[in-house]
Amino acid sequence: MTHAADRRDLAWWIDRTMQVLVLAGGLSAIVFIAGIFLFITREGAGFVFDRFDFREFFFSPRWTPTSNHNPTYGALALIAGTASVTGLAMVVSVPFSLGAAIYIGEFATGRVRETLKVLVELLAAIPSVVWGFIGLSIMNPLIIQVFDVPVGLNVLNSGIILGLMAAPIMTTIAEDALKAVPDGYREAAEAMGATRWQVTFKVVLPAARNGLVAATLLGVGRGFGETMAVLMASGHSVNLPTSPFDSVRALTATIAAELGETAAGSDHYQALFTLGIFLFIVTFAINLAADVFVRGGRRKYRRRGRRPAASANP
Amino acid sequence: MSTAAPPSADSDCAIDVVDLAIRYHGQLALSGVTLKVPAHDIFGVIGPANSGKTSFLRAVNRMDLMTAGMEVSGSVRVEGRDVRSWRNPYALRQRIGVVFPLPVGLPMTIYENVALSSRLRGTRNKADLDVIVERCLRRAALWDEVKDRLDSLGSLLSGGQQQRLTIARALSQDPSILLLDEFSIAVDPVTTMRIEEVLSELKSEMTIVLVTNLVQQARRLASQTAFFLTGELVEVTETEAMFEGAAQDPRTTAYVEGKFG
Repeated sequence: MTHAADRRDLAWWIDRTMQVLVLAGGLSAIVFIAGIFLFITREGAGFVFDRFDFREFFFSPRWTPTSNHNPTYGALALIAGTASVTGLAMVVSVPFSLGAAIYIGEFATGRVRETLKVLVELLAAIPSVVWGFIGLSIMNPLIIQVFDVPVGLNVLNSGIILGLMAAPIMTTIAEDALKAVPDGYREAAEAMGATRWQVTFKVVLPAARNGLVAATLLGVGRGFGETMAVLMASGHSVNLPTSPFDSVRALTATIAAELGETAAGSDHYQALFTLGIFLFIVTFAINLAADVFVRGGRRKYRRRGRRPAASANP
Repeated sequence: MSTAAPPSADSDCAIDVVDLAIRYHGQLALSGVTLKVPAHDIFGVIGPANSGKTSFLRAVNRMDLMTAGMEVSGSVRVEGRDVRSWRNPYALRQRIGVVFPLPVGLPMTIYENVALSSRLRGTRNKADLDVIVERCLRRAALWDEVKDRLDSLGSLLSGGQQQRLTIARALSQDPSILLLDEFSIAVDPVTTMRIEEVLSELKSEMTIVLVTNLVQQARRLASQTAFFLTGELVEVTETEAMFEGAAQDPRTTAYVEGKFG
């Protein structure tokens, strides 16, 4: 015997349909990522299994894939190029983004705060080719003039460009981390007579530490993966940098510049995909680490339950 | 404004409020408050929600400075001096301990929670800090429960323990005034009674303003009690008189007898 109200009405069907659709959306993200990984792995597989020489790839700075007699695939110079540019970019962007996030999150109020947030988000939307253009046409002559060097397309140039480029997104994420610190902490500390700076430095920053580390790691990931701006501003010459004024070539820029000119399936083509696999693994690891840090930060507040930890949602 | 009178001039009056009004974004939240809080005593503040009790406390330690849209008019004198004449409001707040309704264990160790105030004021010596931490935790009746785990996170204590930690932290400021805002709201009855005992002992050393949602708590602890209702001070009366039907206003009698609120 069934109750009159016990029937699958429209709301029940809509609920069921939407659950399936949302699940499909979630799964598709995983499918795409797995698909991309499979694709670059397949394209690079021949090189990895037949031609790949661990010592050459990681320890030789000689990247001469177009040599007729003896093509070599040493990625050390490219890895060093990417690492040096990213490292300098972090030196530039961490103070800027942390300072901006602290000002927006802890000191600015009302309209100033809202305006700044919008401006920072606008900055994050500048296309990377525009940044590359700035590196090429503004930073290049500036560096030549100020430091009296022959070429201004180098680690310094691309590091600064990349740092400025990564700063807005890092600011946004760092500010989210500060916002996730419960206001009760600030009130309690201020009521004790702590100054605004003491509250920020002694209470808020330590509480938000994991989120801030995550922001920095995501900035590093951005630096590793950035292509166009680095291609345009770094000088693009295979080189183990010994000073900020050396031109370098980045992993990403190498792929972008060379892939179009290789024969599909050739050693060179597959070597470029191997660089891609390497980049994929590194950025994946960085993002994973950032995620672990963010979760670590959330766990700390769980006991309080006063305010759910804010998501990293700008 | 001349505030030449030394703090000790009116030593039997810790907080002297004249015609206090508080607005949030132009909207009146509390008005017409004139009262004197006697020194070294417990002063109760009762009233239903939204009656302006918390706003009153916020005006005393100048929280209006960090609350957007909060305006204070009238005068609040703490130990003879108008709180708005302090050029360094942080120094004023150091003299006033505050305990909030929901316990706020700062996300640092128990030890650091209690040592924070002294550190902010420049105490670096570990031995001095040890003494302060132990003394304040003992006075807040928490020492025995946490002495073996001073290095664990303060925010992981139970609600009642965190509230006593908050009190220990307030005591570490060595305050002359202690403001408690419905401290028992997230605390079990047994812990509430322990904290009440602590407060009765503390009143010989400092002035305590006890805002409470439990009228019986005011009766147990406060010698005088103010009744706030919808943004107005209805009256200030000796607590016993208030509870024995001798309140000046019939609304007060109705409230303490549990007829509304």
